Amino acid sequence: MSVLPVNEAPAHAAQEMSLYGLTGMFASGDALLEATQKAYEAGYRQMDAYSPVPVDGLAEAMGRRGTPMPLIVLCGGVTGGFTGWFMQWFSATYDYPFNIGGRPFNSWPMFIPIIFELTVLFAAVSGVLGMLFLNGLPRYHHPIFAAQGIERATVDRFFLCIESADPRWGREETRRFLEHELHATDVVEVRR
Amino acid sequence: MGTPLSPLGYPDEMVGPGQTLESVSAKIGDIVLKGQHPKSWWLGFGIAFALLMLFLMSVTWLLYRGVGIWGINIPVAWGFAIINFVWWIGIGHAGTFISAILLLVFQKWRNSINRFTEAMTLFAVACAGMFPLLHLGRPWVFYWIMPYPNTMGLWPQWRSPLVWDLFAVSTYLTVSLLFWYVGLIPDLATLRDRSTQRWQQVLFGIGALGWRGSAVHWQRYKMTYLLLAGLAAPLVLSVHSVVSFDFSVALTPGWHSTIFPPFFVAGAIYSGFAMVLNIIIPVRRIYGLQAFITARTLNNMANVMLVVGLIVTYGYATEAFMGWFSGDQYERYLIYNRAMGPYAWSYWALMLCNVVVPQALWSRRVRMNPVLLFIVALFINVGMWLERFTIVIISLHRDFVPARWGMYSPTFWDYATFAGTLGLFFTLLFLFIRFLPMISMTEVRELVEEGASKPDTGPELPPVFSQLTNRP
Repeated sequence: MSVLPVNEAPAHAAQEMSLYGLTGMFASGDALLEATQKAYEAGYRQMDAYSPVPVDGLAEAMGRRGTPMPLIVLCGGVTGGFTGWFMQWFSATYDYPFNIGGRPFNSWPMFIPIIFELTVLFAAVSGVLGMLFLNGLPRYHHPIFAAQGIERATVDRFFLCIESADPRWGREETRRFLEHELHATDVVEVRR
Repeated sequence: MGTPLSPLGYPDEMVGPGQTLESVSAKIGDIVLKGQHPKSWWLGFGIAFALLMLFLMSVTWLLYRGVGIWGINIPVAWGFAIINFVWWIGIGHAGTFISAILLLVFQKWRNSINRFTEAMTLFAVACAGMFPLLHLGRPWVFYWIMPYPNTMGLWPQWRSPLVWDLFAVSTYLTVSLLFWYVGLIPDLATLRDRSTQRWQQVLFGIGALGWRGSAVHWQRYKMTYLLLAGLAAPLVLSVHSVVSFDFSVALTPGWHSTIFPPFFVAGAIYSGFAMVLNIIIPVRRIYGLQAFITARTLNNMANVMLVVGLIVTYGYATEAFMGWFSGDQYERYLIYNRAMGPYAWSYWALMLCNVVVPQALWSRRVRMNPVLLFIVALFINVGMWLERFTIVIISLHRDFVPARWGMYSPTFWDYATFAGTLGLFFTLLFLFIRFLPMISMTEVRELVEEGASKPDTGPELPPVFSQLTNRP
């Protein structure tokens, strides 16, 4: 296992570099949210929280403002709609004009269903791919998976991980902060 | 029953008492991970699989001999294939209605059934998609309806509802699949982390795509899920509207009607809810899931079914009235022919199944009794199939010129193909129950985390709403 009990951990610099961060465990989403807010107020920025259910306001508490998802979906939808319209207009008026019952070649009201369907299709596909891309998924491995007990982050426990990349990081200070100020249980070290 | 009731006397629980995050994940996840399935699973799967083999046989014979093995003829060129297509795709609609539209209007009781109904949507659309292809006569050139660069230099006919159908149904299938899979990702991560066997960890790990429940990921995930719901909501309404255009764009009496799109959409939701009830009532009992699929869920579904049933009834009344009011002799004859012609049995059976029997849902006792609810739902499923039978067969068999009149009688292969798609549907459903979490653990955990095990904690609504709904 990757967890080093504190009293056995050799405290030289190479060991320090190999640490990804420290995780603290919480029993509920509310406790995690409160801890995250406190950590942000204390000046920590490089951190992430792991929870089995989405917790409202958690990403915002870590200083994350909104997501670009609506914009991505909008762009996908507009692209899809334009594609649908252009495909039909181009083929019906230029590439293969065909007189059917004297209808105009550019009979745009009849193009609406396909324009709508392609709008939805492109918007949905770009939304899902965009979400996975921004999240860096699929991903083979992540250091957090080595943390002891983290498997409960998808079941019934809530974790806050303060990462060693944070400017305020200090192995002992951060541990004390998690244990005494945030009242996290089971503070463990995560190796890279 | 000791079900807690809301002030208006409706069952009030979304999650049974005493459930925790751990117990939810254990109860639902272990059905998949432990793999201990009752004998009834094997029995059901066996029957469904046998029917699936019948389907393969019917399709093979069809490809060998051609559509002549069916009862279709001229004038009734659209037989069982189109009836079944519309019936199946309608059933699929309930899944999207439950997962997308009810999500957008904060109906949290849907959280325990949305996974199941989305799976049902996918499988029903898969069954539906078979029929127009098989009905083509030469299914191997079905791609001619798609726009693709071809040596013939041709493009599809954009003004044809059949081309719209292709786009609507394939978009619907794709978006439903995405919605379903995005919902599954956190659940697959739960299964990955709870499983003890290596092969399960590997397979669920691949499916979970490395999901770790990060807050930053959740933020994007929730937004994407909401946006997908927002996209799926108009999509589901558009799909059955487009299906109804297949009929209403034609000049055939009984089809050429502006009421068709909303009438079809209501009918789709009607049959879909009935199918959901027909499946979840036995499943919830066999797998002991009463704590998640509560009396409140069943009651609410029965209420929705009653409302859309009344909309469908209104549709029947409007069809009959407009037939008379149009003053058109062909339309008038159609209405007469429906009620008194050679296929009058189907019309009156439809009225019994879709209009008379569902009135039982006004009774609270029926809505609270799973067995009675199951029976009513079964009637509605049969009724909706009969509705498509009356629309397709009765309109086609007697049109404008009496010399063109004919009769339609389905053959063994018609029934075999239909029963075969039932086999395909239920085979997929049984495999889904076996290999994937049939209830969204994530969304039920959300309910538990929000305190739904305690009395109702729905969203805060203005006082006028809380009087209308069952929220104290």
